[in-house]
Amino acid sequence: MTTLDTPTEIMPPVEPRARPNFAPLLRQLAGIGWAIASIGLFAGIWELLWYFELANPLLLPPPHLFLADIPGTLKYFDRSDRIGSVASGGGFGALLITMGWTTFRVVFGLTLGFVLGTAVGALIHYVRIIRNLLLPTILLLAPVSPVAWLPVAIFVFGIGDVPAIFLVFITVFFAITLSTGAQIASVPKNYIHVARIMGANERKTFWRVILPAILPSLFMTVRLNLFGAWMVVLIAEAVGVGSGLGQITTMARATFNSKLVFFTMAIIGLLGFLSDWGLRTMQRKLLWWVAPNQGGLL
Amino acid sequence: MSRSVVTRPAVAIRNVSKVWTPEGRSPVNALQGLDFDVAPGEFVVLLGPSGCGKSTLLYMIAGLEATTSGLIECDGLKVEEPSAERGLIFQEASLFPWLTIADNVAFGLSIQGVLPVRRREIAIEMLRRVGLSDMLDKKPDELSGGMRQRAACARALAMKPKVLMMDEPFAALDVQTRARMQDFLLQIWRDSGASVLLVTHSIDEAIALADRVIVFTARPGRVKTIVPIDLPRPRPTRDARYHEYRDLFTELLAAEVERAFAEMEAA
Repeated sequence: MTTLDTPTEIMPPVEPRARPNFAPLLRQLAGIGWAIASIGLFAGIWELLWYFELANPLLLPPPHLFLADIPGTLKYFDRSDRIGSVASGGGFGALLITMGWTTFRVVFGLTLGFVLGTAVGALIHYVRIIRNLLLPTILLLAPVSPVAWLPVAIFVFGIGDVPAIFLVFITVFFAITLSTGAQIASVPKNYIHVARIMGANERKTFWRVILPAILPSLFMTVRLNLFGAWMVVLIAEAVGVGSGLGQITTMARATFNSKLVFFTMAIIGLLGFLSDWGLRTMQRKLLWWVAPNQGGLL
Repeated sequence: MSRSVVTRPAVAIRNVSKVWTPEGRSPVNALQGLDFDVAPGEFVVLLGPSGCGKSTLLYMIAGLEATTSGLIECDGLKVEEPSAERGLIFQEASLFPWLTIADNVAFGLSIQGVLPVRRREIAIEMLRRVGLSDMLDKKPDELSGGMRQRAACARALAMKPKVLMMDEPFAALDVQTRARMQDFLLQIWRDSGASVLLVTHSIDEAIALADRVIVFTARPGRVKTIVPIDLPRPRPTRDARYHEYRDLFTELLAAEVERAFAEMEAA
């Protein structure tokens, strides 16, 4: 008998106790901790500059100043979505309404750009006459900055919500249109072969195979253009809409209210962050087959 | 084999040729004058050097590629477009990553309008047959290569194909998995009663599986010879006759590979 022989008495296998897995939670907490440290450092340096009188509080009020008098700041926000409205002392509700309008313009414009961009991109890919007629124009217009579209948007749509939505739309539309064709072309041939063998016609093949195959990268294109969308919506609001966070910023600049400027900037930063988080969550839920990507805080 | 009394071949290939015409270059003769039958329930292996057009032949039988000349018939009907009766399995499983394994298996059924409850039943039954019963609700990328390939088999079998075609289905798998998959395939083949047409460049795979091996020449692909494998399954690799087959195929292929290389150098 060698030592390799089975021992006469076998230890009963230890039941693995179901232990809660703390690792993801810890990782999340660490992420939040670093976020606080990062923002704290930034704010701390700012506060120090103010303390040593290197930063003029009239021009660069540090966080404790522009966050101190929140009721006072909030009276510049208005409950109505009126153009150039005189502040009616709106309070916290008015802040939420203003944030809501700006967010709505971003979300609506992005959705419209995503849907129409995909549709036009697919038509360009599949229909030769549409490709020949549209593609040169689209290639010519794609590099034009959305901001350059602003006067056009106001000429055509007038003052109101539409120019802001249109600008957000322009920000994603061309990117989605151009990437749709490239994505369709790179769908594995065998996916399409499988669909055809199973008896799918062209329409079914598109909806059941091609669209799900290209959706993850189209969604990524939307995410990459999200911050761009936030930038243009503020410009549009400042110039062509007259309501929303962009208008508040313009008014704050015009009235030399630096506290309001920085307060609004903080709100905009927060909204941008939250909407990116929202898109990432949506991506995880809707596009569950794509491995969850790293690189976000939450 | 003693599967005679056949009324009609499952696949009939009549003088089939294929010419590729790549843009801006001279046409290439891929396949020339192919002419053979596949009996119902027969296991046929297409063996040949790479680039000889044997995969192209599968795509033409599947209806995904047109023939340049000649005629392909399945069950007496001319092949004009793809059909679920002629399943095709690729080197990669090509499962849809956005569907669970069960939904992948049921994909064809859902295209054909089978109701969800019935789809699920069939998917469960097919996955049981390929030994993936506990993988129903997994994502494709949670499975190993061999498991994915079995799921792809289940997807094809769910359509009850009369002909099952496989384009080097095990080439991407490691040696051990490959041997097990060959056993698995023989079992599936017996259960389903479908004819199997399998493309490979592995001599051992051909001898292990085939009723008949169709040896192709180098490009343009022609039928060089057809060799029935007259060994009982499972085929013992230590058998002297196994080695006779092995030597025969090695010799047949070596000549073709040499010709292919000579041509490449001349070009």
